[in-house]
Amino acid sequence: MTAQRLGWWVSRAPELEEDVALANIGLDQLGQARGLYAVVTDLEGLGRTEDDLAYLRDAPDFRNVLLVERPQADFAVCVVRMLLLAAWQSEVYAVLAAREGPARGVAAKAVKEVAYHLDHAAQWVLRLGDGTELSHERAQAALDAEWPYLPELLEPDPAAAVDPAALRDAVLGRVRPVLDEATLVVPGLPADPPTGGRAGRHTEHLAALLAEMQQVARAHPGAAW
Amino acid sequence: MEPATDRSATVEPRDPMPDGYRRTLVRQIAQHAHSEIIGMQPEGEWIARAPSLRRKAILMAKVQDEAGHGLYLYAAAETLGTPREELLDALHTGRQKYSSIFNYPTLTWADVGAIGWLVDGAAIVNQVPLCRCSYGPYARAMVRICKEESFHQRQGFEILHTLSHGTPAQKAMAQDAVDRFWWPSLMMFGPPDADSPNTVQSMAWGIKRFTNDELRQRFVDIAVPQAEALGLTLPDPELRWNEERGHWDFGTPDFAELAEVVAGRGPCNAQRLAHRVRAHEDGAWVREAAAAYAAKRAARTPTREPAA
Repeated sequence: MTAQRLGWWVSRAPELEEDVALANIGLDQLGQARGLYAVVTDLEGLGRTEDDLAYLRDAPDFRNVLLVERPQADFAVCVVRMLLLAAWQSEVYAVLAAREGPARGVAAKAVKEVAYHLDHAAQWVLRLGDGTELSHERAQAALDAEWPYLPELLEPDPAAAVDPAALRDAVLGRVRPVLDEATLVVPGLPADPPTGGRAGRHTEHLAALLAEMQQVARAHPGAAW
Repeated sequence: MEPATDRSATVEPRDPMPDGYRRTLVRQIAQHAHSEIIGMQPEGEWIARAPSLRRKAILMAKVQDEAGHGLYLYAAAETLGTPREELLDALHTGRQKYSSIFNYPTLTWADVGAIGWLVDGAAIVNQVPLCRCSYGPYARAMVRICKEESFHQRQGFEILHTLSHGTPAQKAMAQDAVDRFWWPSLMMFGPPDADSPNTVQSMAWGIKRFTNDELRQRFVDIAVPQAEALGLTLPDPELRWNEERGHWDFGTPDFAELAEVVAGRGPCNAQRLAHRVRAHEDGAWVREAAAAYAAKRAARTPTREPAA
């Protein structure tokens, strides 16, 4: 989802260096997804491929968190969301990379990539938060919009390979100092923050994203590309 | 100008050079940089719809390379004293051009293959001689760019090969894409030599090494056997091997169409430029924020006492 959303920015970024950077981060995210799909298809042993999982499933079969599927045509939203996601991914991949398991190889590579994403996002959140009055307003509005989607990433799931609840303090420990230095105000959370992605209950944006992403592949059943 | 006679030497940024040479280079390098930047759009639109994750990754990396090429080329132009903002402004206001080919639409996935095979293929034929161009920074940028372009060209060929050997619908899609992109690709070499007023001077300065028609012929000679290998046809009834010349004879591109597209009246000129201008304007607040933040940081950094 993140790669799909970042792909949109290529040719639309605020400066050329950022077209390159966002494509780079999108490619890393796509590479991580492909690595994890390889692990999953291998474990399930049904002969499914990464493309079966990406292109032939419908929205309710996807298990991504809501944070990443929503549109992000605002650069402030793009970098604030990247900060939250990269902080979480840093912690998840660090745990997976540190122990034996099928995802260790993917995680070990991802740790380095995500460290760059986190740094890149943090630099931009600082520039926008502590830049001009307008950029501060936009960064704060983006944070207000994205922050309610963070709790879903940290919901307890004792059956998961890494229980996200155990990462809560570490993730917040990465995010909060950046927001403080950027002079942004951490918003309060709604009583009932949005959730459901991991159970296949998504926002309406996912079906639209998939309709675009899957259209060519689905128009030619069984074709090779 | 030494390089016109001594082709082993290059002109470097601090060397004296005629104003006309400098102006011609800035115009050509900027036009090349603009082409990379505008060229991100027709293919970039297919990143979201690439039909496999592998193809998505390859395409995203390719469009990223184009942004990177734009960056090196703007940097090469800056060595001649023209800053990037000025060049972007010339692009946005239509004072400088970009390659006519990017004013044609990408209608199907196969177009991504056709652009890689034909458009990048034509670009390579145009650009390989520029690796020996008399201006050092441009020549060196072109060495790196040509390596990446040749990788892109192979990827485009491979997309078309897969489609051509796939389902009947895939093969039809590939043929349609080649039919649409063949003539515009031939137009990428510019007007015929008789109507190319700048060629003689550019060749004398060692900026250009071959004429438009020579390069066009070279491209056709390379592309014909490749089309055969793809199992696709080229939409030119006049194509035939000329034993005597040792080259393929081919029909005349519609140069009136080229002139129309160059004049801004091609199928997608307005759309491409509007997309580019919108990205630039939408990003203005971000660039201003970065500048403001950098200024604040510089102000906060204590200045060092001057040495006694």
